[in-house]
This record gives sequence, C-alpha cells and structure tokens, in this order.
Amino acid sequence: MTQTRYSRSRSSDTEKENTGGGGGAAMRVIVPLQGVVQGRGGLVLGSIIPCALFYFLQFYLKRHRNDLDDQNNSNSPGLNSTTGSASSGKLAELPALTRNLSRGLPSPRSPRGPVSVSGRVSGIVKGADSPYYVGLRRVKEDPYDVLSNPNGIIQLGLAENMLSLDLVKHWLAENAEQVILRNGKELSISRIATYQPFDGLVEFKVAVAGFMSQVTAKAVSFDPSQVVLTAGATPAIEILSFCLADVGNAFLVPTPCYPGYDRDVKWRTGVEIIHVPCRSADNFNLSIAALDQAFNQAKKRGLKVRGIIISNPSNPVGNLLSLDTLYSLLDFAREKNIHIVSNEILAGSTHGNEEFVSIAEIMDLDDVDRKRVHLVYGLSKDLSLPGFRVGVIYSHNEEVLAAAKKLTRFSTISSPTQCLLISMLSDAKFVQTFITINRERLQRTYALFVAGLKKLGIKCIKSSGGFYCWADMSGLIRSYSEKGELELWDKLLNIAKVNVTPGSCCHCIEPGWFRFCFATLTEKDIPIVTDRIQKVSETCKLN
Amino acid sequence: MAIEIEQPRVGLSKVAVSKTHGEDSPYFAGWKAYDENPYHETSNQSGVIQMGLAENQVSFDLLEKYLEEHSEASSWGKGTPGFRENALFQDYHGLKSFRQAMASFMEQIRGGRAKFDPDRIVLTAGATAANELLTFILADPGDALLIPTPYYPGFDRDLRWRTGVNIVPIHCDSSNNFQITPEAMEAAYQSAESMNLKVRGILITNPSNPLGATIQRSALEQILDFAVNKNIHLVSDEIYSGSTFSSSEFISIAEILETRGYKDAERVHIVYSLSKDLGLPGFRVGTIYSYNDQVVTTARRMSSFTLISSQTQHLLACMLSNKEFSENYIKTNRERLSKRYDMIIKGLKKAGIECLKGNAGLFCWMNLSPLLEKPTRESELALWKVILNEVKLNISPGSSCHCSEPGWFRVCFANMSEQTLEIALERIHKFMEQRKRN
Repeated sequence: MTQTRYSRSRSSDTEKENTGGGGGAAMRVIVPLQGVVQGRGGLVLGSIIPCALFYFLQFYLKRHRNDLDDQNNSNSPGLNSTTGSASSGKLAELPALTRNLSRGLPSPRSPRGPVSVSGRVSGIVKGADSPYYVGLRRVKEDPYDVLSNPNGIIQLGLAENMLSLDLVKHWLAENAEQVILRNGKELSISRIATYQPFDGLVEFKVAVAGFMSQVTAKAVSFDPSQVVLTAGATPAIEILSFCLADVGNAFLVPTPCYPGYDRDVKWRTGVEIIHVPCRSADNFNLSIAALDQAFNQAKKRGLKVRGIIISNPSNPVGNLLSLDTLYSLLDFAREKNIHIVSNEILAGSTHGNEEFVSIAEIMDLDDVDRKRVHLVYGLSKDLSLPGFRVGVIYSHNEEVLAAAKKLTRFSTISSPTQCLLISMLSDAKFVQTFITINRERLQRTYALFVAGLKKLGIKCIKSSGGFYCWADMSGLIRSYSEKGELELWDKLLNIAKVNVTPGSCCHCIEPGWFRFCFATLTEKDIPIVTDRIQKVSETCKLN
Repeated sequence: MAIEIEQPRVGLSKVAVSKTHGEDSPYFAGWKAYDENPYHETSNQSGVIQMGLAENQVSFDLLEKYLEEHSEASSWGKGTPGFRENALFQDYHGLKSFRQAMASFMEQIRGGRAKFDPDRIVLTAGATAANELLTFILADPGDALLIPTPYYPGFDRDLRWRTGVNIVPIHCDSSNNFQITPEAMEAAYQSAESMNLKVRGILITNPSNPLGATIQRSALEQILDFAVNKNIHLVSDEIYSGSTFSSSEFISIAEILETRGYKDAERVHIVYSLSKDLGLPGFRVGTIYSYNDQVVTTARRMSSFTLISSQTQHLLACMLSNKEFSENYIKTNRERLSKRYDMIIKGLKKAGIECLKGNAGLFCWMNLSPLLEKPTRESELALWKVILNEVKLNISPGSSCHCSEPGWFRVCFANMSEQTLEIALERIHKFMEQRKRN
C-alpha cells in the first residue's frame, strides 16, 4: 500500500488529490478503471486499484468528518493566561483517531503543525455539550439564592443531599480539631503524613464496613479485609471496569441509568456499554428477559459481554430490587458466566416503606457465585460528603481484590480525611441518629415535592430511595421525540430557570421523562419550584 | 452423593492479571524484607533499615508547629468556605484558594524565576495519578514515551499498566555523569521507530530520581529543542524541585520557556506534588501544570477519577498561602536535606565508597561497581542480596531503575532519624572493612 505523505495544511490541493477533482487527474483515474472493468489489466490491477480507491475514499471521509468536528469545537474559548500560552483553544489538526485505528492509517507527520494528543481527548470534548453538563454550567453562572439572586437558576440536576448536612456539621464542630491534631497518639502528623496503604487505612476499612452494615440495618456483616477504598465511587466503577473486562468487551446496563457511567465505564478503558431499556409499563423495573435478549444480540454482533452493572436503589428512578429479582439476576449471571456489579451508593438514602435488600445478603452462597458479585459503595450520597472522596469496592473475589488494591494507587483517599471519618463513623450513636433522621427528611421532602408536581398534572414513578423524582412530562412535549424532550428541557432551564436532567441523558428510551433532584430543597423552596415549572407547563399545554 | 460439576471460573481482564504492576521486582522485594523485619531504634536494633523509600521526614516538626498554631486550617469556622460548601465541593476545578496557594508555592520554590497561573493547575490525588493521567491524554495504546535512564522504577507501572503505552529508554551513563545528550535521545527515537512505535513524548524527572541531581540548563535547552524537532510532548516531573540543597541550582523547564517567550510551550507539561517537598505523601496531593489549553481541559475532566479531598485542599490552602510558613519551610527543609546529604556522603567516603555528585532529592546515587565480581546485572543483584540480608540495609539496585551500567545503587537518607542514619553508615563501614580483609 502506498504511503502518501499528507501535509498538515488543509489546502484545497489535498482535497483535490483525494477526490480526483480537475479534469486531467480524473482522466488518469478513469481510463485505467475502464480498462479494469473491460477485463484489461487482469485480476491484480482489478483488485488493487479498487482497493486503493476505497482506501483513499475512507481516509478522505474520515478526515473530512474530523474537519467538521474541529470546526465545531474551535470556538471553545481558550483560557485566560497571564503566562502567554502559545495555544488558545486551538485543536490539533491531526484527525482525532479512535484507539483502534491509530496505527492502522498512515499518520501525517509534519514538524510544523501543533503537537497531537490522544484519541481520548476528542471523546470528552463532544460529551461536554450534553444537557447534563450545559445545565450544570448555567447554574454555576447564575445560581439561585433566596436573598441575593432570587431569579437565578434552581439546581435540580445534581444529586446532592443538603437535608441533613447540619447533623454532620454539628458533629464536626464538636470533634474535628482533636481528631486531626491528636499528638502522641496514633493520629499525629507523622502518622498520617507518611505513605499509607493505597487501598485505605485498616482502621478506616473497619469503620466503613461497620457503617455499611448499619446502613443495611445490620442485615449484612461486611468484612473489612474485603473492602478496597478509593477516592470516590467514580474510580471504584472505573477500576472494576478495568478489572472485569478487556478492551472491546461490554457491560449490560439497564436504562434509564446514571449519566456518569458513560465516562466511568467507557472513557479510558475502551469497554462498551450495551443499554438494556426498561419500560414505563413495568415502572422501569429490571427485566431478565430484556437482559437475555440484549446478551444474545451482543453475541451475534461478536461483542463479548463480561458483566451487568445495576444500581440499587436505582438512579434515576429510585426502584429497589426485590430479593426475587436479585436471585434471578444471579441465575442469569451464572448461566452466562458473567459478573454483576451492584452500585448501592444510595442504600442509606431509602425513604419508602419498601425494605432495601443488598446483593451482599445473597453473596453468602457457594464460592463460584460469590466470585462474580462486586459491590460499589461510597459516602458521597448517604453521608452527604461528596467533597471528601470516599468510595468502596467490596468483593469476595480475591483476584479482583488483589488487582483493585494495586490500582487504587491512582485514586487514594487523603489520609487526614480518613482519620477524620474513622472517628465519625466509629461514633455509632451519631451514625444511627443520622441515618434515621436523614431518611425521615428525605421521605418528607419527597412526598411534598411529588405532591407539588401532581398538582401540575405531572406524575412520578413511585420511588423508594435516592434523591430523585422520575417525572413523566411527555404530555408537555411538542413532538414525542428526543428533540421534543430537549426543547422542553431548554424551556425549563431558560424560562422556568430550573435545571433538571432530561431522560435522554440517562439513556431513557421513552421521550419526555425528566429527573428532578429534590434533596437540595427546603420545604419553602418547593412551592417556588413548582410555580416556576407551572409557567412552562401551562404554555406547553396550550400549544 | 451429589455430582460435582466444575463450574467455569468467571474470568478477569488482561489488565487485572497483568504483571505490569511490577511488584515482583527487587525494588519491591526489598520492601517485603523490611516489612518482615523492620529496624527500630529500641525494640529491634538488628532489623533491616529502610533506605529504599524516598520519603522526607526531616521537617515534620515545622508542619506540626503550623497546625498547632493555626486551628482554622483544620476546622471550617465561620469563614468561607464554610463546612457545607467544603463537604459538598466536588468540582474538578479544585478549590481556587488551593490552586492559588499551589501556584504561589511553586513560584517560591523557583525563587520567583517563573510564574504559574492557578487556572492552569489541575489537581490529582498524587503525582502517580498525574503521570498516568498525562500518559492517557498524550499517548494512545501502543505508542511510546522516551525516558532517560536511570529512572524511577514506578514509571514502568504508572505509565504503562492501564494506558497500554510503552517506555523506550534514553540510555545515559557515568562517562558524563549520566547527563542526557542529543545523541542518546536520537538513538532512543530511532530505536522506537525501528520497533514501529510512535513516539508521543519525552518524560524527564528534574531533579532526577534516582540520580539526586538537577538537569543543567544546556541539557534542558537541548531536550526542549529535541521535542520541538520531533513535534512531541515534553513532561517535566519536578516533584523534587523544593528539595534542592541550594535554591539557585535548580532550573525549571518553566524558566526555559520564559526565556523563549513561551514559544513552543503548548507541548510542555509539568508534574508536581507535595509528597516529597512537604513530606506529605499520605495526603495524596499532585498537580499537572500544562501550557496546553486542551490538555488542561481534558486533564481536569479526567481528574474526576482522582480528586483530592476538599478537606485536604482547604487545610493546605491555609498552610501554603501563609507566606511566613512557606518561606521558612522551604529554606529550612533545604538546609536540613543538605546537611543530611553531606553526612551520608562523608560517611560513605570514609568507607571507601564514591557517589555521583548530587545537589537535590532525598537520596544519593552510590557507585559499588568496584565491588562487583563481574560487571553484570546478576552480580549487581547478588551484591544487593548480600547488602539486604547480611548488612540489613534495603537499598535500590540500579537495574530496577533500568540503569545500563551495573553496580549503582540508590540510597535514601531522609526517611529516618540522624541516629538511624549513623547506624546505617556504621554497618556499611563494617561491611567494607570485612570485604577488604577477605
């Protein structure tokens, strides 16, 4: 195959060369082709020339497509730089090749163009324009404050629980200083400053295992030696993805799901996600039949499924998995010989009458099944401490634990934070009080919010846990499509000034569903929110 | 009796079972020996002395004093950011006050000879994460990074394991004090090409680990020219920049860029951390400073996998923005490290051992090649085993740092008390005396 050296400049000459534009050049291509078609030139020429042309066509198409991407992105503002950076948001002119193709095509090398970055960069640049991130940015620019900015945008798109922060704050006010500075004992600076085991201090693992047990109302006893601590649940999910699947393999993920999985599971790992849609007719409950169908379809496409990732309680709907469903899930995983990752990060934030059952409860089975189930947990939701970065991988699989422990070197929890939380979590009375009061407040706020939406004619799926209402606003969208949904999202953001998450970000297959986070609201805020939504819902009904 | 049907074991990924974590190498085997029989001043005087861990324990008292006198760093008081904001703060931009404090700390270390923009700082949980993150961003799987030897053994794991990127060594040797030459860089580049590996960048550590020496200005200029010439990235890992024994001897790549008017800056990225200079590896604080907007934006988003606890950010923002503390710390830390270095060099010289002339870091680069039976890696490892098992010192063999010349060893001196260092030197002296007699 001839290696054509392309110059970096996107001059029209290069394009002419590719398309064979210009009369003379065209004839030089057509005449031999005619010969090939007419049987002259033989089999060899008859295959090489079409192959070569096909190759050049593919390459031209790829470059052209990436040129368009570059044009769309070159308007992103560069950073203000007092140090006078030479580049100002200019993207590399090399095509942003995906990881599988980076060595398959000849790479243009010119010493004069800007230096290139990896294929991973382009992926995230596109993701940044999704409503999820646009909404977060807009709130940052114009955040609602009851006193200083009453016309600002109210944030209902970020899963933060502010309902019980006062409890944590109170505990810290009483206890924080002594914890960090205790000299002469184990927690002096020389103890916490030095290198620690990357997967967490033993005392912290004990404290976290104890907390997890309390969260499940002591139904499960978690073994600290099977706990691997990470800087948040985000790296916990990524580490498991790296450990359980190879590049090009896939996980089955029931939808609607947490928007962040696209980043956590796929971005750096090269692993795919196969969405398994759940339907409103089933209240978006998990269907084993749907999983089975998705697995078989993947197999036909030559895609190897390595596991299923479930969230329980689920995000965004708030469903709890029943014991029966968990057993069926385990049967399915056993039959296909795949892993189950259960993200239980909202286990302590249940607020309904239904009882939460952790998959850990059924991990007390024979060895083989134990080895395929892995739990993800964290303190960001249940303890309202996302800033402190505490995540957990819990597994009975020794190999997974061994690999995960080594990988936590890239995502270790800061030692002063571990020390602080050891004290907090060891205070059993505080933990119990917190869990109970937090659940009550979630229950109350949820009920008020759902009632508020109901008055506007907006129904929600009954949720048993988490910080969200999963609301059906399909009656308010103009066209029953993702486009219609995004139009409504835009109205809610810019007219009602409320940032909510459209179902498409959660990969919901049915348009018109929206995710509202209510845990940042006080009782007084709720009528303000519903009034604002009413502005938009009224106009939508009229149309 | 139930029939036992063997169930197929559920499989793991190649990454999970890979040996790229490197924990089977001598570098880590020595740590295991230490863990099993650690030296203690009173309770285990015949134990193994750990001289393979580059940790800075000489200035803890300064940190303790600061924390005692400034309780606002450890609590959230009524000022901003209050506790609520802090606990909820998971923005991957990082606390602005902390980034400003880091930028100013980095400027102080360089004697004000370079300026750092807080908005170009990306925070990661340690330099380990920073180096891996940059590798993910700058190179695709199968590509290569050029790294001068000898280098930090952890790079084999941190830069290659999950990224799928290769390391091609730039061979340096004692003939010119292990300095990096244009010829060596070119040879490495050609070597990569011949293996069909696409070179995406060159990564230098300045001051160098394990050499314990800063890179000279002329070499830095040549390295930058080389990167421009080949149109590749330049990563400068400057985590030991605050541990130079004299402030004037360290030249940062940032200074080179400053003199060039920041031309060609978009290919340069600096890694920094508080693990070595401030002796706080447990806090997990690393940064990427990049002159490339796209890299900054991407690194920031990718840092979601490795954020620093907001509590720690708040604490360190208070500490590092206290000019009185930071200036005094940098100055005192340098003096103490310099003193330790003199002590170990003198002690080794008395025992008849020469070291590479160093001016930075938490270790020295010791030459034991005269003691080798044969100038081979096997002889070096045999000698290393003797030192570990008989002299009871854990030091790092040059081969684990990919040094092309056998017989060199890295010896850490800052992770112990002066008394322990004396004991270690006595043991070495005794060992050398014995060998002379035999």
